[in-house]
Amino acid sequence: MSDDLPTVATILAMAAATYLTRVGGLYLMRGVNVKGRLKAALDALPPAVLMALIAPTVLTTGPAETVAAAITASAAILRLPMIAVVAIGVGTVVALRAVL
Amino acid sequence: MSDRAAKPGTRRASPAAAFRHGVLDILPVLAAAAPIGLLWGTLAAARGFSPFQAWLTSATVFAGASQFVAVDMWRDPVPFVLIVFTTFVVNLRHLLMGASLQRHLDRFTGPGRLLAMFLLTDESWAFAERKALSEALRPAYYFGVASAMWLVWTSASLAGAMAGRSLGNPAAYGFDFAFSAMFIAILAGFWKGRRTAAVLAASAVGAALAKLALSGAWYIIVGGLAGVVVAALLHRDDEAAT
Repeated sequence: MSDDLPTVATILAMAAATYLTRVGGLYLMRGVNVKGRLKAALDALPPAVLMALIAPTVLTTGPAETVAAAITASAAILRLPMIAVVAIGVGTVVALRAVL
Repeated sequence: MSDRAAKPGTRRASPAAAFRHGVLDILPVLAAAAPIGLLWGTLAAARGFSPFQAWLTSATVFAGASQFVAVDMWRDPVPFVLIVFTTFVVNLRHLLMGASLQRHLDRFTGPGRLLAMFLLTDESWAFAERKALSEALRPAYYFGVASAMWLVWTSASLAGAMAGRSLGNPAAYGFDFAFSAMFIAILAGFWKGRRTAAVLAASAVGAALAKLALSGAWYIIVGGLAGVVVAALLHRDDEAAT
């Protein structure tokens, strides 16, 4: 591949950014009492980011994706294993794209 | 599950036994992680990753959700800043896990802690926290859990990338939707009632509007911040903590 360098550089920078998030936790909260409004905001960060990730696909792509997302969410709420949830989602979207 | 390798009356298993114990505990998760890793490898290959590059990503980034996001955003030329920044944001949850887990790392050496954090995943964190509920967290147990996860994730990614080139366009099989389905599955674990619904609604609306108005993947940041702001606004100091 001719553009190996940008790819590998991006991968390693991703790794560095990710390690920062991992090791940062060891030092971040030392002496800081995370509570109240700050804790509520930090607790909401993962679900908020996950929702933001899927929102365009779920809301603005088409009816097949929106309905498939609702069915996938039902499977997830039933606490099915992750691989089963993904299989249901993929199977549903393929079927719905064929009929809708 | 955590007692099945320990003999009755044996309070202190050897490090090797504790390591095996960790591997046994994580086995069911590995069964789910392997196909996801395979899937990620095929998607990476479809975006032009060589098998080595796919393996390198899984070996050094080692964070599934952010890897799916990054490959989804990958194009030519690579949007370096956007991908690295988004990776950081998607993985910010590790800060909280690390802050919590560091209370249980008394038995780890200095370098051991740094390696433990390198191998931190949602799953190994959950197993470590669960173990710490009943007994002191042993390094051998943690590394049994975490290194098994690393080995399976990297191997599956490599295998997927090697096979991926012959699988054709993933969208034809609905694989493109696997991203969203996996995030929905993870999202369900964060549900804590009506307040979560408000956070998710703000995040979804913010992200959808930003997607229509802005180019690139900034909708992730806009939506995520919208959800966080709503969570902060809805917080009341006088109520019971949850």
